[in-house]
Amino acid sequence: MKRLTNVLSIVLGTLPTLVFSFIAQAAESGGKELSDLNLRPGVTEISGQVYDLHMLMFFICVAIAVVVFGVMFVSMYLHRKSRGVKPAHFHENVKVEIAWTVVPFLILVFMAVPAARTLIAMEDTSEPDMTVLVTGSQWKWHYKYMDSDVEYYSLLATQQEQINNRFSKTENYLLEVDRPLVIPTGQKVRFLITSEDVIHSWWVPDFAVKKDANPGFINEAWTKVDEPGVYRGQCAELCGKDHGFMPVVVIAKEPAEFNAWMSAQEEAQRQAQEEEQRLLAMNMSMEELMSEGKRVYNAACAACHMPSGEGLPGVFPALKGSAMVLEDRLAHIDIVINGKAGTAMQAFGKMLSLKEIAAVVTYERNAWGNNTGDLVQPKDVNAVATGE
Amino acid sequence: MAHSTDTIAPEHTTAHEHDDHHDHHIPSGIKRWLYTTNHKDIGTLYLWFAFIMFLIGGAMAMVIRLELFQPGLQIVDPNFFNQMTTVHGLIMVFGAVMPAFTGLANWLVPMMIGAPDMALPRMNNWSFWILPGAFLILLSSLFMEGGGPSFGWTFYAPLSTTYSGDSTALFVFSVHIMGASSIMGAINVIVTIFNMRAPGMTWMKMPLFVWTWLITAFLLIAVMPVLAGAVTMVLTDKFFGTSFFNAAGGGDPVMFQHIFWFFGHPEVYIMILPAFGIISQIVPTFARKKLFGYASMVYATASIALLSFVVWAHHMFTTGMPVAAEMFFMFATMLISVPTGVKVFNWVATMWRGSMTFEVPMLFAVAFIVLFTIGGLSGLMLAITPVDFQYHDTYFVVAHFHYVLVTGAIFSIMAAVYYWLPKWTGKMFDVTLAKWHFWCSLISVNVLFFPMHFVGLAGMPRRIPDYALQFADFNKWISLGGFAFGLSQLIFLALLIKACRKQGEPVSSQVWEGAEGLEWEIPSPAPYHTFETPPVVK
Amino acid sequence: MSEQAKDNQKMVIKLLVIVVGMFGFGFALVPLYDVFCDITGINGKTANSAAVYTAIEVDESRTISVEFITRTNTGMPWEFRAETKRIKVHPGELHTVNFYVRNPANKQIIAQAIPSVSPGQVALYLNKTECFCFNQQPLLAGEEATMPMQFYVDPQLPEDISFFTVQYTLFDVTGKGDSLAVKDNPYLREQPKSGT
Repeated sequence: MKRLTNVLSIVLGTLPTLVFSFIAQAAESGGKELSDLNLRPGVTEISGQVYDLHMLMFFICVAIAVVVFGVMFVSMYLHRKSRGVKPAHFHENVKVEIAWTVVPFLILVFMAVPAARTLIAMEDTSEPDMTVLVTGSQWKWHYKYMDSDVEYYSLLATQQEQINNRFSKTENYLLEVDRPLVIPTGQKVRFLITSEDVIHSWWVPDFAVKKDANPGFINEAWTKVDEPGVYRGQCAELCGKDHGFMPVVVIAKEPAEFNAWMSAQEEAQRQAQEEEQRLLAMNMSMEELMSEGKRVYNAACAACHMPSGEGLPGVFPALKGSAMVLEDRLAHIDIVINGKAGTAMQAFGKMLSLKEIAAVVTYERNAWGNNTGDLVQPKDVNAVATGE
Repeated sequence: MAHSTDTIAPEHTTAHEHDDHHDHHIPSGIKRWLYTTNHKDIGTLYLWFAFIMFLIGGAMAMVIRLELFQPGLQIVDPNFFNQMTTVHGLIMVFGAVMPAFTGLANWLVPMMIGAPDMALPRMNNWSFWILPGAFLILLSSLFMEGGGPSFGWTFYAPLSTTYSGDSTALFVFSVHIMGASSIMGAINVIVTIFNMRAPGMTWMKMPLFVWTWLITAFLLIAVMPVLAGAVTMVLTDKFFGTSFFNAAGGGDPVMFQHIFWFFGHPEVYIMILPAFGIISQIVPTFARKKLFGYASMVYATASIALLSFVVWAHHMFTTGMPVAAEMFFMFATMLISVPTGVKVFNWVATMWRGSMTFEVPMLFAVAFIVLFTIGGLSGLMLAITPVDFQYHDTYFVVAHFHYVLVTGAIFSIMAAVYYWLPKWTGKMFDVTLAKWHFWCSLISVNVLFFPMHFVGLAGMPRRIPDYALQFADFNKWISLGGFAFGLSQLIFLALLIKACRKQGEPVSSQVWEGAEGLEWEIPSPAPYHTFETPPVVK
Repeated sequence: MSEQAKDNQKMVIKLLVIVVGMFGFGFALVPLYDVFCDITGINGKTANSAAVYTAIEVDESRTISVEFITRTNTGMPWEFRAETKRIKVHPGELHTVNFYVRNPANKQIIAQAIPSVSPGQVALYLNKTECFCFNQQPLLAGEEATMPMQFYVDPQLPEDISFFTVQYTLFDVTGKGDSLAVKDNPYLREQPKSGT
């Protein structure tokens, strides 16, 4: 029994202590490996404060643990029956009991002060230099720059083949998007955060920003990034099937570089609109529509309706053989543009161009044995969208 | 766990000719268990049910860990993965931990306070027998088209309303039944403790297990109806067009979280207060010394219970609250660590200058104190709002609540089973197997949950079926620890089967050298009917 | 029935009263939550009925920027935009901003606008004397309307706030609850050409 106790003391005592000291050491030495083990200090003043607060709380907790477990293990070693110890008879002591109520309370006060200070620093409501409207929807983010017309969706860029283990996984597996959010360094950027459907949570660990996106309500958060770089995060609130597949990527650029980027975006957006207008006057061929449609379908629709068009029975309806897809062409275009309230079907009118919608509707009406032969042109989509 | 039907001690069979409440002819076979109103039978049923649910919920955890063993999607699709995390949580909370505590209360509360049975034996029978139905409904929903609930055990609206499958109706129905069962169990415990104590068993003489369960029972009747209200609102929002949580109709999805956590935080204490009671019974026995600070233990338990009603929003710091509210909930939450600390200090003080031995129940109790404290300390870190923004919804939280609930609540239940099993069966359990069970569980559970702190801090969100590459190494270890912990519980199963077959050395009525209390004064195994004439407590 | 059983029964009844009471309390949390929001400004819910403007002193020393965001929910095809994206106001001053809507669908749709303000506590100081969000707004196919929102900012607005955002989300509530007849919509730009 004695041997057993010793083993117990050693295992229980050293396991957590070893790990704690390991982290403490790692925290001191810094380095890249650390970020796999501990909170990161991040790249903003706030995230630095949060990190310091975390380390302070951590060391206080380790100290408490060492003292409490220390006393306990000493007792377990000394006060064993096998050592012939006779039990003492004390079973209360008001002074001691008051002491271990008051002392922890004082420690808490000591912890509460810096915590409150950081919290107040986070809730800075002064006017920002720039505002971005961040909208979550199943399973992508939408960014809109409030001071310009630039807006776009940001989708997971990792290939499906990597997720299915057919291709080997690349460095930023699941943490890469097609169009990252770009913000300037050294400026106060405010994020207005909301959602189209369920609750999401926009999280960038390096900024210490995590805020829920609640449908119908706006939340706000802000950051001021000092170092240019690429910062990666993820959706933090369970939001359905592909919750694990909607990363957040933010690129911080020097203001001059940022302005150049912004002008380029505005120009690109304008050109895209002109292209849309031009497309209205012409007809695309079946081959063109089908190949474009397949690309769009796999990017925007396959998450729910599945690449086979069979959906997930009981969750997401099948498009293969669906009455709407086979018959009602206008309703089909309408649901793709406007979505359907009270279901997971989103409004793609904002996300996809007229050409893309035309292509994807054509694709859905002709793929997987849905051989309607229907051709949908950008101008048909435009007619539904504008009510003409 | 089962007990003999033919060992009614002579002194208990003669003293109550006028007693017409009990049927001394015990029916055999299935009928005995279906119709039983005996607190010991019902306790046994609850405990076996809890253990079966623990194995089923554990099997789901194995599916989760198998999928997370390496990055990429291997064995399940994300939709099924979400069903696994959801149902695993529901089963462990409502099917394993809570029924196990109710089972222990059934067995022990009457024996500890010198009562012949629970106050409401027939209700006791119903409260157990509606449980298997509730879980059959929940489990069968997994086989529906579209699968079972997949919105997390916290079922946040609108994911659980507008965006959920049809199985939500079954989920709501089963939660209603589980709630009704817990409420009935709680009422029974309260009435028993208020009305059935033996003469001389004053409030401040009651064993701590009885005290903690009394307070737990009040928490249960206060918050389980709120949960019933929340699921009812989910049901009407989804199927009957109400807009409690729908912004379009003037509702608010965040309100769901307020209502849920108003239930949810006291629920956390429902799952840990009886554990405090168990540890407070075991530590003095094996330290051969009276519990230190009995009165402060009672007051600490009561203050934890009261504080648990004013901290709920610490689960929701990221939903966007005014700073003043965040401060309030942060400070209130930090305050809870004071009474919790008092408990840990009292246990250590009980050990101090005792004369300790480390039999299996004590091993689990010591492991509980250390590992629960680790969970408590990470809880304190989580209370700090600005840092919680980083911890929230990551594996750090998963590590925290598994330390509190697995190495806390479940270890305490195992400690309790090893402690009282000889009293129930009359035979000492297989100590070698028990030690194997303890050491395998202790090591594997730490390999399983400790690295979760690291992946959480490094930024891995919870409830994801696939993860970025930097989390791969730790997840492999976590999964291996998980499989080992899962297999370790099969040792427990083997031990329990042996114990129920009455194998082992007979034990004395006191069983453990330092054990004190009414339950240790009756013979081992405990007779089918005990204390039909109340004992007098000095 | 023995004494003991009677005592037990009494106690059970008392406890059941608590249970029923707590079930009711769960539902009472719904209106309580709204009261709580009104007091603390959680979630930035603004009042859903008109405030009365009484001439109060305008605080010229402070200028507040107010930003407007418009969104339409899934399944809502309307065009919806604020004619004024951003406005600077002094606390106490009455202002009107207009919102443009058009229904491009080929059927009548009834809309409900849901407001949200950030930072949340501003909701306590934002007083709307008129708002299209107080009522449901019907539009026939192809109709358009300009909807006003008249408001003033309470001079009590905390000193540290100089900037806030008001968001309106339009939801399609056709066929739900008490829908207005089309002629009741006071904000129509022009009468529809074809009567119904």
